[in-house]
Amino acid sequence: MTHTAATNLPLAKPRKLLWETGVIAVITLICAVLLPFVLPTFRLKFLGRFVALATAALGIDLIWGYTGLLSLGHGIFFALGGYSLAMHLKLQIPEGELPNFMVNYGVAKLPWFWQPFHSFPFTLVALFTIPALVAAVLGYLVFRNRIRGVYFSILTQASLLVFFFFFKGPIELFNGTNGLKTDKDLIFGVLASSNQAQLVFYELSILCLLLAYILCRWLTSGRFGRTLIAIRDDENRMRFSGYNPTGFKVIVFAVSAALAGVAGALYTVQTGIISPSTMEVPFSIEMVIWVAVGGRGTLIGAVLGTILVSIARTLLSEQFPEFWLFFQGGLFLIVVTVLPDGLMGWFKNEGPDQMRLLLGRPRKVMTYPSLAEDPEVEYERQNLRN
Amino acid sequence: MSDKILEIENVTVSFEGFKALNQLNFSMDTGELRVIIGPNGAGKTTFLDVITGKVQPTTGRALFKGKNLRSRSEHNISRLGIGRKFQTPRVYLQLTPRENLDLSCNRHKNVLATLWGRPSGPERRTVAGLLETIGLTTKADIPAALLSHGEKQRLEIGMLVAQSPDLLLVDEPVAGLTDEETENVGNLLLTLADSHSIIVIEHDMEFVRQIARQVTVLHQGAVLCEGSMDEVQSNPQVIEVYLGQPEEDDG
Ligand SMILES: Nc1ncnc2c1ncn2[C@@H]1O[C@H](COP(=O)(O)OP(=O)(O)O)[C@@H](O)[C@H]1O
Ligand SMILES: [Mg+2]
Repeated sequence: MTHTAATNLPLAKPRKLLWETGVIAVITLICAVLLPFVLPTFRLKFLGRFVALATAALGIDLIWGYTGLLSLGHGIFFALGGYSLAMHLKLQIPEGELPNFMVNYGVAKLPWFWQPFHSFPFTLVALFTIPALVAAVLGYLVFRNRIRGVYFSILTQASLLVFFFFFKGPIELFNGTNGLKTDKDLIFGVLASSNQAQLVFYELSILCLLLAYILCRWLTSGRFGRTLIAIRDDENRMRFSGYNPTGFKVIVFAVSAALAGVAGALYTVQTGIISPSTMEVPFSIEMVIWVAVGGRGTLIGAVLGTILVSIARTLLSEQFPEFWLFFQGGLFLIVVTVLPDGLMGWFKNEGPDQMRLLLGRPRKVMTYPSLAEDPEVEYERQNLRN
Repeated sequence: MSDKILEIENVTVSFEGFKALNQLNFSMDTGELRVIIGPNGAGKTTFLDVITGKVQPTTGRALFKGKNLRSRSEHNISRLGIGRKFQTPRVYLQLTPRENLDLSCNRHKNVLATLWGRPSGPERRTVAGLLETIGLTTKADIPAALLSHGEKQRLEIGMLVAQSPDLLLVDEPVAGLTDEETENVGNLLLTLADSHSIIVIEHDMEFVRQIARQVTVLHQGAVLCEGSMDEVQSNPQVIEVYLGQPEEDDG
């Protein structure tokens, strides 16, 4: 009967979900429980940072991989999260005193917007809410005016510059290019750079990544997720089916920014510094590269890409510090030309085929000879699209 | 008021001085199946653009069930009950036919409802029924990118119906289809005409003859004449501007 297809699907899905849950639970447990015993402390610290960065990558994947909006300004949100937490740490000083650098620059009174960061609960909420709000406002203005594609990317990059100068400029407010160092600050009475605190940050990074993964998984499955893919495929078509893409894009951009904020906060306390350099162009592009390498549109790919690229970066920087940017550019070129769908895409598509080819078996073909590949139809499609 | 589902009054659309529609007047009864024909560039697609809010008329107005459509956005107009199929099939290639239909079928299209809502039982059944109607049941769960051109055309008509609009606007549904597929689409539209008001834009005279009851001929952005297929075909003006040419067009 016609219902076989309909009934098959719900059967296959729970099993797949069960598998996914199992694999992720095992990996999480290994990372959270086992690795702290086996890895040397300094390696563990690096891993903790990469895990934090992977949270930001999930955000990039959400907005770029699933929704098709290439943001080149996620450094803003990353920095906003980082500065939020760093400001809180800077205020862990006796009543009435000011952070060191402010004293040096002759500030007499704590600026008003520093005040609420005395409160830990406020900081905790702020470190993802502020980035989300900034993204929501920026996104609303941009998306409502139907700015898309490369113009969106350029706008996000322009915003990046604005924020860069905002944090770099007034040196007495954020300590300029030096940024805020959190090494010697206390958090709940413990030195932030102590092994004890660092282990907590490591575990928190894993927890946050897990939660972010679950959130993204939920957002990208079901109707909402399909809406995002439809927006990526043909946004204008959506409007004629009764959807207003603006709201969807604003939400996704905001969630994506919130994830970057969380990542920024965790990264900051693990590296011991947040500075405007996180709002320089290369870092925002690097975030995109993580996702491109892993495979955009796959959440696992985003995480995997971040960890692999970051490990490569660390190893390479240990050997030849000046070569990273060069390598980064090369990596981007390779991914775009050879692995357009990233590692996960390769595993899913070409990988099995190439293996089969090596084994001398025929390729699996899943397409129908179709008129859709007709160059004329294709041409029309391109040209009628607005 | 009246039982007119659509009224177009003196609509002019000019693109930098070029009038794609020129003082166009048109009206259509609820429940009617209307075919619009006209040579390339006559303004047929622009006509649909005006109705669906993609293009704002430079002058004049369009009324749907008596409501002025001016300065309503596309999604608002769609929610009023107007569905549109594009000239080249525009389906979401990365989604499966089932998912394509489900997106259109969704009754609550705002962000939160989409986020929390799951396809309801009736919606699921509607989608399954539609898949059968458009003959895509066996291909319901492969990406739409793998469908043939004709299957995409049918899928897009299915998406249109899933929206359950009152007025269907169908732009060249049989372009690029085989004869058999053309007939299928024709039958599909005739079935739909029982419960919807439909405007079909078409070039293929064979097809027009199959489905047409009332035909409107568009020429240079205005209505040239209107009537039954036979009346239109024997109109000397029409023969001159249009029916004399299709041989060259097709060849
Ligand atoms: N966005 C636009 N800008 C400028 N000219 C346009 C635009 N859209 C359509 N036209 C012109 O308007 C005329 C009518 O186009 P169209 O409505 O697509 O014709 P049809 O669908 O009847 O073939 C054509 O000459 C076309 O070039
Ligand atoms: Mg046309």
